[in-house]
Order: sequence, then structure tokens, then C-alpha cells
Amino acid sequence: MNQDIHITTPLTDEVIKTLRAGDAVRITGVIYTARDAAHKKLAELLAAGEPLPFDPAGQIVYYTGPTPAPPGRPIGSCGPTTSYRMDRYTPALLAAGLKGMIGKGRRGQAVLDAIRENTCVYFSAEGGCGALLANYVKRCDVVAFPELGTEAMHRLEVEDFPVSVFCDCTGELYSPYL
Amino acid sequence: MSVRQIDAGRLTDAVAELYVQACLVLPEWVKERLYAFGNPYIIENFEKNGNIPLCQDTGMAAVYLEVGQDVHLTGDIPAAVDEGVRRAVKAGYLRSSIVADPLRRQNTGDNTPAALYYDIVPGDKLKITVAPRGFGCENKARIAMLAPADGIEGVKAFVLETAKMAVPDACPPVMIGVGIGGNFDRAAYMAKKATLRPEPNPDPFYAGMEQELYEATKKFSIGVRITAAPTHIAGLPCAVSIGCHSLRCASEEL
Repeated sequence: MNQDIHITTPLTDEVIKTLRAGDAVRITGVIYTARDAAHKKLAELLAAGEPLPFDPAGQIVYYTGPTPAPPGRPIGSCGPTTSYRMDRYTPALLAAGLKGMIGKGRRGQAVLDAIRENTCVYFSAEGGCGALLANYVKRCDVVAFPELGTEAMHRLEVEDFPVSVFCDCTGELYSPYL
Repeated sequence: MSVRQIDAGRLTDAVAELYVQACLVLPEWVKERLYAFGNPYIIENFEKNGNIPLCQDTGMAAVYLEVGQDVHLTGDIPAAVDEGVRRAVKAGYLRSSIVADPLRRQNTGDNTPAALYYDIVPGDKLKITVAPRGFGCENKARIAMLAPADGIEGVKAFVLETAKMAVPDACPPVMIGVGIGGNFDRAAYMAKKATLRPEPNPDPFYAGMEQELYEATKKFSIGVRITAAPTHIAGLPCAVSIGCHSLRCASEEL
């Protein structure tokens, strides 16, 4: 397991293929937030053949619903939420070009299969450490579904955001707790 | 017999303060266990949180009131508690995570209402405990209406199975609360409250079981707490509640 890999977004297949389950990775660039309610809306748009509010090609979606930003900070606490709740929406997003996900916990078999088939990667961020992870977010803007409040889709600019590879593009899994 | 009057406005003030405090500062006994567990990310998270909530899921606010039987609370109690939650969410930049209806799912926008519980106790004090619980771990709670024949081994097996299913989805290391006996709803209540109790069960029989279950789970747990209660000849209810490492809880006595 490699302990110090730095990558930038958007992701390419070449970079994804170098990542192995258990690798410690730092992400720099733009990532998008979406959790339960935003996923439902994205899935409805895909099913209706309508355009998404962001171009998913090569992008990473982070499963988080931040606390409101206090004065002087770009974002509040923003740790990962549990990923399996997004499972039923995920294969369609990966088929549409999404390349990476950040969350916490296990995924269902259909998601693991879709990760392998589409050369994607599923990262895990340290659960329950939202205050710490906020330090790596430099900017936060709402890009879609503002009516959803914390569940709106945000565009985050992150620098050296720390994650580890939970499922790599070969389907290999790693967690210290599995 | 004199009755002590406490205005519900003081309850609002206390809830507002305790809810923010709980989201920012862990109880000392929880910190001690997390230092012993040794995950550096988690230690840095609670040591240097920069005055923002430890976790973005500032939870559904469980508020426990222990009301002395010689206290007369004036005013609308649930409204006073919810006003405290509302103020805390605004002042502490907490997240609004509550939907008004479980199926229609409209966010209430101020994280109300709280889940409010009352106990009537002797005396003339009012003890207020605010224990926000995120749903990453709350979703991992389980209950089993075991048969008396399942016995101790059945209880242990159910606790271990539930704990293993909980991680890594709920944020480890977790606190495992177990409610044994009572009836269906009592068991769940006891399990949840057990996660907030630093001291072992006073009954050596259950304290021994806590230790044994902790030994079996310490790769991903900071402790096991059991509360037991009388139950029916036909039943052995067993509930397991999972508390993530952000085991938030703050209390005050008025």
C-alpha cells in the first residue's frame, strides 16, 4: 500500500489504474458534493434523458452534507456520510462518466461491479472527522438544488484532501475494519 | 411540601448552550478512550476543531429531562426545548438534518423537533442532558425479540453480529450500548442510554459480560455498556445501539 499519492481532478483512467486498495491519497482540485436527496434528483434527470447540472466526465462526487459555514470560513464541518445509501443511484452515474466517489463504509455488489466495468475508484475519508476535513476545503459554492439546503450539490475546491482507496478499479477492497 | 418553580425559559437557555457544547467538545471519558485507541485523525479532529462541529451530522437532538417531583415547570416544555434547539442551530452553525415527515421528507430548516424524554425523580432539581446522535451510527441499531431459551449465548451472539455489521459504516471506534429485558420499546431506550454511561454496570454479572464483549470488539470499539431490566416469562428482548466516536453528550442541573 502506497502511503503518499497525490492526484488532481478531473481523473483519467491512466491515473485510476495506478491506484490500489489501501493506498493513502491526497486529492487536489474540484470535487462535487451530493448525498441522498441530490442523488435522487440526478437519477431522475438521467432517467429522463435530461442534462445534469454538472458534467460528470472524470469527476469525483463526495458524499457529504456540510454544516453551515461560520463567518470567515468557506465551509463548516464536512466529513463523509455513509455510502451504501447512494448505491441504487450509483451505477447510472458511473455509466454517465463519473469516475470517483468519496464516502465511508461498504458498497453493494452492483456498485463494485460498476466500478470495475467503468474503471472507477471509491475512496473512503475518515468518518466522523468533519472538522479536520474542512481544513482541506478552500472554496465552496452551491451549483444545483439550492432548495435542498445541506443536501444541495456543492462545488468544492480542495487541496491535499486526505482519503484512502476503499475499492480500486480491479474491484479489490481495503478497510482496516473489514 | 414546597414546590420549586422553574420557568421554561431557563430550559430553553440550557438546551441552546448544551447542544452547541455537545457538538464541539467531547466528554472527558470519551476523549480518554479515544486517546487510548490512538487514531491520529480522530484525536486531531477533537483537539483542534477550530470551533466548528466535530462532525457535520449534528444529529437529531435527544433531550433527556430528569424532573424532580418537587419541581413545577411553568410554560410549554416541548416548545421551550425546541426553541433551545433552534437557537443552538443558528448560533452554533449546526446542520438542519430533520425532516418533518418520514416519507414526504421536507426539511424543517431548524433541526426541530428534538426527541424529548422525561423521567420523574425525587428532589427539586431539573437535570437536562442533550445527546445529539448522527444517523450514520443510529442506522446501525438493531433489536431482537429473542426467546428465553436463547439465553446468554443468544444475547452475546446478537450483540457481536450487530457490532460487526455496524463498522466501518458507522464511524469506528464505536461505543456499544445493550438493553436486555424490559419490553420492545424499553429495551431500545435502555440500549441508547447505555452508550452514554461511562461507568460499568454495578452488577458484577453484567460488568463481566461488558468486559467480555469489549474484548471481542476492541479492534473497533471503545467500550460496551449493558443495562438490564425485568422482563416477561415469554421473552428476552435485546437491543443494541451504536454510538460513533463522536459520542456527544452534555448535561446541566438547574
